[in-house]
Parts: sequence; structure tokens; C-alpha cells
Amino acid sequence: MITPLRGRRRRSQWTQRLGFALLTLSAIITTIPIVMIIFVILQRGLAAITPEFLFAFPTDGLKAGGIFPAILGTVYLTLLMTLAVAPLGIAAGVYLAHYAPATPVTRWIRVAILNLAGIPSVVYGLFGLAFFVIFMQFGTSILAGALTLAIMTLPVVITTTEEALRSVPNSFHVVSVSLGGTDWQSVRRLLLPQGLPGILTGVILGLERAAGETAPILFTAAAVYLPRLPTSPLDPTMALPYHLYVVSTQVPGMPPGIQFGTAAVLLILVLAMNLIATIIRSRARARRMW
Amino acid sequence: MPFVSQQPLPEGRAAKIVVEHLTIVYSDGRESLRDISLTIPANAITVLFGPAGGGKSTLLRAINRLNDLTDVLRLTGHIRLDGVDILTRETDVIGLRRRVGMVFARPVVLPMTIRQNVTYGLELAGQRDRRRLDDAVHRSLSAAALWDEVHDRLDQPATSLSGGQQQRLCLARVLALEPEVILLDEPTSGLDPISTEKVEFSLNELKANYTIVLVPHSIQQAARMADHAGFILGGELVEFAPGREIFVTPRDPRTQDYVEGRFG
Repeated sequence: MITPLRGRRRRSQWTQRLGFALLTLSAIITTIPIVMIIFVILQRGLAAITPEFLFAFPTDGLKAGGIFPAILGTVYLTLLMTLAVAPLGIAAGVYLAHYAPATPVTRWIRVAILNLAGIPSVVYGLFGLAFFVIFMQFGTSILAGALTLAIMTLPVVITTTEEALRSVPNSFHVVSVSLGGTDWQSVRRLLLPQGLPGILTGVILGLERAAGETAPILFTAAAVYLPRLPTSPLDPTMALPYHLYVVSTQVPGMPPGIQFGTAAVLLILVLAMNLIATIIRSRARARRMW
Repeated sequence: MPFVSQQPLPEGRAAKIVVEHLTIVYSDGRESLRDISLTIPANAITVLFGPAGGGKSTLLRAINRLNDLTDVLRLTGHIRLDGVDILTRETDVIGLRRRVGMVFARPVVLPMTIRQNVTYGLELAGQRDRRRLDDAVHRSLSAAALWDEVHDRLDQPATSLSGGQQQRLCLARVLALEPEVILLDEPTSGLDPISTEKVEFSLNELKANYTIVLVPHSIQQAARMADHAGFILGGELVEFAPGREIFVTPRDPRTQDYVEGRFG
């Protein structure tokens, strides 16, 4: 009677080992695409990145020269977008985390935010074209593109803000109130400072996604080629992701160095933002007093 | 009908807080209070004891309106502080909470330095004068018997303190506001005997100037600390009497059973 039991145990141990091996393998497989992307892009693109490539205008029908206007355009778009999305998104997150009563209206707001996050980016682009470019008469401009990106990024910022604030223990709020504090003083002196690292992380992640998007700026801000840099938010601009799309698909006979160089610059920009977000988060965790 | 002592308060003590027919029902049907009436004298320690879940915390939290944060379904009756009802819509709740401070069972220090924890309440009230804040830090930490241990590291995070020190810091934080009443909800429940003794020592020193309402964490502490004591069971005030009478000659059989350790 003992032998079959032992056999079963041995078999179950073996199954368990196999199970864990499969799980480990799955985890490793998920890292392969990102490693390959970074490797291929950098391997083929780094060589193209020279000072001229970074700081000069494109020449010869984009087939030579640099991508400076595209880099600068992406920086402009992202900065302006942040100015729009950060205050609005953080305010909405504070409201949802701290003030929102459990009413149908609140539920409706949450559903709206969820849906906003699910809309395909090209739809944002069309919306931006219809609303900002045409209806608001901003024209194809940095402003229209940045606002379109801002709407797209809004759900990320709202959700991460709300989560960051909810992770601050409620007992801090109760103590503050018991000492004669108002709701707003709790938010201002405890919730926001304690939640700030999480909020910043959310904003940067949103920024990072927006910096790499093509579709939302396709109809609202981007130009294939501009002979001079934009001088006002109402000017159109070149932008890295759109430039990458153009040099990869729209111009025959394009040297691959330009394509991969552009991709590498975009990738480095985004990874750098990611790195900054990680550093902020880990430094804040180390300094946290609870 | 509870045995509420009808004698006037002894030693010429004034009534600080008068609770009249207070009934509280939570929306989720949790712990509630039924028709509580009692008088809490000034400059003394009033102990409210009884088994867990009986409504002691609810009563404490009603006195500085912290129940406002909870979902209360029904609240009737009155609580008068110096004769003025504090349960009305017109009550200045923020001003009330500065007059009636609360120390919780679990010491919750705020995520800032020791000094900032003490000055937090004053800063909320708009106090910016550096010298006054420093004075308050010294005064309240001393009164909470903590000054000697922390005076040379006021700018370190409050979380660097031990549990017992943190709880005394919470007491100091309340004292900084110079309240009239201090409510303490099992303030020593998580503390070691030595820290407990220090907190009890501070409270005995403080009662000369403050009205103290204490929910003790044990019947022994209740007996040690009480100038007046009330026994709360299942949302009702079973018995309330001056001095230690209640522990020596309880009048209600339920009080007697609890005091003698037959349940709890």
C-alpha cells in the first residue's frame, strides 16, 4: 500500500517542478521581445547618431542630414501636453480618491475614464482634427496636437494619481481631522506630498506614451518637412514618431541608417523617461516616513 | 435604568461635559449607543470601561465629532461642552476639535519629523511664529514625559521613535493645541508596561489642567486611573459613579460580574 502512495507523491513533485519550469519559461519569454527590440534598434541605429544627425535639419528629401526639428517638436509637444494634462488629471485623481461620494455620478465619471483609456489612438487623432484643429480653429499646430495627446493621456494620470493617494494610510487623514484640520488641509499637507512620487511616476509614464504616439498627432500637429523651427504653439511641427513613419514608409530609397537612427533616438528618449520615473519612485520609497 | 449617581460632583468640581440621552446608530448596524446620559467633571480622569464593541469609542468620537467621518444613520440627544450643545449643525467643528483632542489606540505619527508632528495642529490653525511653535514643542513634549528622550533629535523622523515614544508624541501633539479636554481611546493597548506607566504618569500630572476621558485597555488600568468611572455594555451605560466606588461596590450585577472578571 505504501508504494503507490510514494509513487503518487513523486509524480506530483515532478508535476510541480514542470509547472514551475513552465512559469519561469513564460516569464523569460516575455522579456525576449523588449530585449530584441532594444538590441536591433540600437545595433543598427547607434551608428547613425552623430552630432549632425541630432542637431541638423534634414536635407535631400529627408534622405540625409539630421532630425533636429523632429526631436525638438516631440519635446515641445510633450511639454505642452504635460502642462495641460498634469493639473487636470491630478485634480480629477484627488477628487476621485478623496472627495467623490458613492453616487451614480461618480460611477459615471469612472466609466467615462475607463472608456477614455480604451479608445484607439487614431480615433483621438480624428477627434483632435475635428475639435481642436477645425472647430477651435487652432489649425494643424503644436497646441492642437498637445491637447489631443493630453486627452489621450488623461486616464493614465487620473488613475495613477488616485492610486497613489489611496495608498496613503487613511489614519493620517483621521489624525489631521482630529487635530482640527480641514479636508483640504489633509489633502494639501499629507495626501499630496505623500502621494507625489506615485503621481509623478504616473505623469512621466503618460508623457512617455504620448511622446511615442503617431496617430493622435497625425492629423493635428505633424508635418512631413518644415524648413524652419516652429516659433509659436500655433505652428505645425515635425515630430519623432511621425518622422519615423514617414522615413520608413513614404520615401523610396531611404537609407536604413536614417530610419534606425530615428527609431533609436525615440527609443532612448522614452527609456530615459522611464528611468527617471523609476529613480523618482525608488528615491521616494527610501525617504518615506511610514 | 442605569445607576447614575445623582449626587452633585464631589470636591466642588464643575461639570465639563454633559451627555444627555445620546443615541447613535451606524448605517451598517455596527456598534451603537442607546440613550446614554452622564456628566464628566472638569480636571479629573473619567474612565469609560467595558467589553470591546460596547460603544466606548463611539462615545469618545462623538465628543469631538470624529463620528462625522463615519456613516452615522441616526444621532439623537445632546452633548454639552461648558453648557453649549456641540452636536448641532451650527457647531464650529474645527474649533471644537482644537478644544477636544483625541489620542488613538494605535499611535499614528504623521510622516514628518518629531518637531513637525507636535506643531502640525498649530500650523493647521495658522500659527507661524517660530518662537511660539518652539515653545509649544518644549512644553508639550515635557508634559507628555517625552522631552528628555527626544530633545536632541527633534528633526528626525517620528517613525524613528519606539512605539511607546510614538504614543507619547501623539499625546504631545494633542497637548500642543492646549485643548480643554483630552480623549484617549485605549492609549496604552500596544505599549509595554514601562511605556504604559509613563503615559499614566503624564495623565495624572495633566489632570490638574485638563478634563481627561480615558477608555482604558484593562480593568486594572481603569481601577488605577479612575476619578470617575462608567461601565458601558452593549451600547448602554450600565453604571456611572464618582471615585473608585464602582470597582469596590458595584451596584449593578453586570458591573459586578465584569469587574470580578466573570466575563469580558
